[in-house]
Amino acid sequence: MLAISRRSIAKTTTSTLRNASVWAAVAQGPPDPILGVTEAFKADNDSRKINLGVGAYRDDAGKPYVLPSVKKAEEIITSRMGDKEYLPITGGSDFTQLAAKLAYGADSLPLKENRIAVTQSISGTGALRIGGAFLARWYPHSKTIYLPTPSWGNHTPIFRDSGLEVKGYRYFDKATVGLDFKGLIEDLKNAPSKSIVLLHACAHNPTGIDPTPEQWKEISDVVKEKELFPFFDMAYQGFASGNTNRDAFALRHFVKEGHQVALAQSFAKNMGLYGERVGAFSLTASSPDERARVDSQLKIVIRPMYSNPPLHGARIAATILGEPTLYSQWETEVQGMADRIISMRERLFDTLTGLQTPGEWGHIKSQIGMFSFTGLNANQTKALAEKAHIYMTADGRISMAGLNAKNITYFAES
Amino acid sequence: MTTAEMWQQVPLAPPDSIFKLTAAYKADTYPRKVNLGVGAYRDDDNKPWVLPVIKKATEILLNDPNLDHEYLPITGLPEFTSAAAKLILGSESASVQEGRAVSVQTISGTGANHLGALFLSKFYKWNGQPIIYLSNPTWANHHAIFKNVGITPVDYPYYDPKTIGLDFTGFLQSIRDAVPGSVFLLHACAHNPTGVDPTPEQWEEVATAFLEKGHYAFFDCAYQGFASGDLDRDASAVRYFEQRGVPLLVCQSFAKNAGLYGERVGALHVVGSNQEEANRVRSQLSVLQRSEISNPPSHGARLIALILNNPDLFEEWKRDIKTMAYRIIDMREKLRDILVNELKTPGNWDHITSQIGMFSFTGINPTQSQAMIEKAHIYLTANGRISMAGLNSKNLRYVADSLDKVVRGEL
Repeated sequence: MLAISRRSIAKTTTSTLRNASVWAAVAQGPPDPILGVTEAFKADNDSRKINLGVGAYRDDAGKPYVLPSVKKAEEIITSRMGDKEYLPITGGSDFTQLAAKLAYGADSLPLKENRIAVTQSISGTGALRIGGAFLARWYPHSKTIYLPTPSWGNHTPIFRDSGLEVKGYRYFDKATVGLDFKGLIEDLKNAPSKSIVLLHACAHNPTGIDPTPEQWKEISDVVKEKELFPFFDMAYQGFASGNTNRDAFALRHFVKEGHQVALAQSFAKNMGLYGERVGAFSLTASSPDERARVDSQLKIVIRPMYSNPPLHGARIAATILGEPTLYSQWETEVQGMADRIISMRERLFDTLTGLQTPGEWGHIKSQIGMFSFTGLNANQTKALAEKAHIYMTADGRISMAGLNAKNITYFAES
Repeated sequence: MTTAEMWQQVPLAPPDSIFKLTAAYKADTYPRKVNLGVGAYRDDDNKPWVLPVIKKATEILLNDPNLDHEYLPITGLPEFTSAAAKLILGSESASVQEGRAVSVQTISGTGANHLGALFLSKFYKWNGQPIIYLSNPTWANHHAIFKNVGITPVDYPYYDPKTIGLDFTGFLQSIRDAVPGSVFLLHACAHNPTGVDPTPEQWEEVATAFLEKGHYAFFDCAYQGFASGDLDRDASAVRYFEQRGVPLLVCQSFAKNAGLYGERVGALHVVGSNQEEANRVRSQLSVLQRSEISNPPSHGARLIALILNNPDLFEEWKRDIKTMAYRIIDMREKLRDILVNELKTPGNWDHITSQIGMFSFTGINPTQSQAMIEKAHIYLTANGRISMAGLNSKNLRYVADSLDKVVRGEL
């Protein structure tokens, strides 16, 4: 055993360390714009405080909601007490196959023809990062990805740190608090051919504004015409409309139209598995052989980052997706979450209209998914935090899930 | 895009060599086959072993009415990271007591190595090109991890095939020869793949040389408790370096010592010189973590947090660790005993018992290793490394006999 007391060594003082400090020049990093909101909320002691920052579902009592199907799956898993052996680099095939089936549909041609390379990932963030790194390395035609303006705040650092250049296409129309479809189409047409384009599959984050099915068809045509590479981010399948098949419409339409796509999938919201980090990244290939080659290179991306993915959450997801009764139960629960959010939207709209609050608030009802762009500016959101103890991100995005019967009136009044 | 020109040029990458070995083992139908390739503990029935304390902690977690699956903070579960820091650095550690150790929960040891490497690549004051000195040999993934973030691996002498031990002279000389402020990766205990560790006296000399040159110590600790059976003893090199004032970080894994492999539980601890600096370092680690994984996985960290923060569970864990460590030590002793006293196998076999941890460098060459696989259906890596965890009372004799034959050229 090393015994420093045996030797007469001058005790190293902290001031000595400061002089020699390795990290003296490290600058303070910025707090995360989204996760920082929850930290501010936690520090607030006002009893009326509301957290509308993070996109995590809350029940009508404002509590995190552990889906009963998830609880059941965990009980099954615990009773089996399976081993804790390493998963393969790309995750367990039971999970990845089921995840792909959920997204693409059981009758999807590339799935049936074994042409989808799919890997388990560290939730949606990890899927996007694996995708970004893979594209930066292997997509031959472009190193630029186009994101909608606005997009989830973390998209830009993820893709930039993956080695891609990040640009924007018009999306949100401030004037209508709706989709700038004309601008979107124009920008996609003006993008260099074969660029990468990120598309939110459903429940656009942060605006909650989705293209209609007809608009998706037009977007698909333009993407085809310009040979753009579609990278779908699907973090809310099931959460948007309450129906997993309906929410996958855009992705499946593109695949049917013959596009080769990339897909980042998250089970954080639709299974409430947030912290367990369950997700998948997939690419459609032109043949099983190409799928195998792509799969081998995905492993090369993953291995030096974290070797293999975490077991627990994927087991829960696979248990649910692989067992028909649990699957149906889960679908009902997802519908339930979506319905509560939709009802909060309606109540908020009714309350604001009842208060005769200035402005047009129809967008609250027409927007889809967990988030709503209120249209408030940074000064107003700051005032809401400081004066009313209501927390949201600076861009005016609110998480509808944070609203409930008890706080909705206070929120509307504020 | 609907043309076939998307991924046409993507070449098939070679499979990971360890996984390839395991696949070959699985496909082998020979009844007496033995897998000495895997770096995961096996019990005496060659089964994966879920630690009894883990089973207990899992039940506790499941029955907790307040259990949810909410996001952890970016830097991980605080009850986990603070306890994990105390575990490796020691509760008497100055940096822990003074609140200047930065701890981030990571995707097990790989994740910690990657995050540590990434942080260094962006923030370390490199003296010339970014270089990391890695022991020759080291865990294969170390090379890939550092290359991936733009740091060039350079070997330092470590293993001496002539003595089947440590080339301490070469090791020390490379520390003295490297430019001041170089970064060296050190295995905290149970060196992977050789099982050859410096003695306490040798660690003291290494630390002195580090201080003379102003080097940075990148510790990788994947086997705390697993090496000797004693958690504190296995942490002594790391703690000693901190006491001497060597700037350091340590990568920590709970894959082996808690048998949590696939749950991916680990942490990165960076020692800062004061709290203000620690805050800055923490903020930058958070930024890096956020754009890769956002926040780490919850389940495994909760299990470890329960265990580390509950005295009874902690004692039980220590007993479970000893179960594993002692079974391995027992296999080492028995293997050496059979080779030396019964079979009288040519050569010196002291290294089997002097080496530490899950792995042993037998000293046999690639040709002999290949013969072990092909003729005896005993799977090990080409460098002669065997996983002691793959040995058990049922296959020990067979392995000893085969080893004996291959050394005599009779296999």
